[in-house]
Amino acid sequence: MEKLVNDFSFGLFFWQIIIFVLLLILLRKYAWKPILNAVNDREEGIKNALDSAEKAKLEMQNLQADNEKLLQEARSEREVMLKEAREIKAKMIADAKEEAKGEADKMVAQAQAAIESEKKSAIAELKQQVASLSLEIAEKVVKHELSDKDKQLKLVDEMLGDAKLN
Amino acid sequence: MYFCTDFKDTVICSKMQRKTLVRLLSVLLFIGSFSAVAQDEHTEEAKEVLPGSKTKKEEIKEFINHHLMDSHDFNLFGSTDEETGETHHYGFPLPVIIWDEGLHTFMSSKFHHGENVVESSGNYYKLYHSKIYRTDAEGTINYDEKHHPTNVRPLDLSITKSVVMMLVTGLLLIWLFRSLAKSYAKNGSIPRGIGRFFEPIVLYIRDDIAIANIGENKYKKYMPFLLTVFFFIWFLNMFGLTPLGVNVTGNIAVTTALAILVFLITTFTGTKDYWKHIFDPLGDGMPWAGKILIYIILVPIEILGMFIKPFALLIRLYANMTAGHVVLMSLIGLIFIFKSWIGGPLSFGLSFAISLIELLVALLQAYIFTMLAALYFGFASETHAEHEAHEGEIQHL
Repeated sequence: MEKLVNDFSFGLFFWQIIIFVLLLILLRKYAWKPILNAVNDREEGIKNALDSAEKAKLEMQNLQADNEKLLQEARSEREVMLKEAREIKAKMIADAKEEAKGEADKMVAQAQAAIESEKKSAIAELKQQVASLSLEIAEKVVKHELSDKDKQLKLVDEMLGDAKLN
Repeated sequence: MYFCTDFKDTVICSKMQRKTLVRLLSVLLFIGSFSAVAQDEHTEEAKEVLPGSKTKKEEIKEFINHHLMDSHDFNLFGSTDEETGETHHYGFPLPVIIWDEGLHTFMSSKFHHGENVVESSGNYYKLYHSKIYRTDAEGTINYDEKHHPTNVRPLDLSITKSVVMMLVTGLLLIWLFRSLAKSYAKNGSIPRGIGRFFEPIVLYIRDDIAIANIGENKYKKYMPFLLTVFFFIWFLNMFGLTPLGVNVTGNIAVTTALAILVFLITTFTGTKDYWKHIFDPLGDGMPWAGKILIYIILVPIEILGMFIKPFALLIRLYANMTAGHVVLMSLIGLIFIFKSWIGGPLSFGLSFAISLIELLVALLQAYIFTMLAALYFGFASETHAEHEAHEGEIQHL
């Protein structure tokens, strides 16, 4: 301890304090501050760059999600459109079928009506002809029958007999 | 390898020979680079005492003591004329500044390495064991019974070898870190050249010493001191290992100055909680009656702790550096005591190993000083909220 005290040089202590404090002030101003600031700025820059990269990534993801969504929408829209088209097609075919059937029915009905009327007129004509034919026959028969007086009376009797049955 | 008799052995032997050759070469290289140092030491040793008056051991002991002390001139090496016994010194003188009822300045060359008495405006001064004493015109030095000089020691503010080395280190630091700071501006935040080596160290001090011990919020204010003290101590420690033989950080005055600065910064940046921790360490957790009994012992201990912390800093650095120098120089001195083919290389190898360890110690001591200073600053700047968070960590280093 005595040696330590004896060795203590006040001059060296004095210069050490002066030099060190001076060095501290100079280095603080001209070295440490710029160095630490530069390092801080750099770290800040790196942090910001990382942040913005992260942000860009997120944005990219959002964009991709948007794209996906758009694609999905387009797909579903296409689906809907296809479905609609299919429906329209089906409807059109059905409609056409319906119409065709209606038309056919109508034609069939017309044809039937025509046939019916033809038939009626044919029957009427037939009736007429049959009537005239029977009249002719009856005329002829009557002519023939009336030529004989007995026969005429017999006929009248027969007819009267028939009338009773009625 | 001398037993290579058959073919198989020869192959192995040639391998061994190559290895040995490499080792031998590297050792030779080391010797080449260090022999210059050793020679300096040797010649300086010789000039210290008159030839033949002391044994080699005493000579070496004296030389080591002399080396550990500060010197008034920058001696590079000296030589002793074998025939006349005259000593020649090679180096340059430094200015002597003495305050002794007035300012006295002259160059240290006037002392002629302690041989001459210097007269300066009516007073006579003599250099004795690297210290300046006021004497009479004949340069008589009176001793007490313990062989300590009783002459008056004037206030010596000389620019000594250590002061020169501090100035050199200071300029080196300014130049190095100024260029690093400039290289940021020039290269867009990327260091260039030597700065690439120092930048990680600066960052290490910031992240693992300052922020770790002081905390994110307050470390900035202490950064300049921590960085300066780290590089200052480290560089001076490294200079101490060069053949220039300066032992600045192993000087109690230097470490005291640094420790006092740490003490002042700790004391003046101390928060309310820091002082409360000293004068009321138990806080509100105890009734006052119980506290008084404990505080009679506890508070003086805490107050003592304020001073012991920086004191431990100054002694640690001083003792480590001095011990390193003593061990290293003793081992080098052994070479001149043994003067044999076994002892010489052996002590050389030892001193080389110790040199390597000293390189590590130079860095380690700078780190420890900075680390502990940061820790003390951390205690001083701690506020209550942070204090709670740090509870459980080492508190009383």
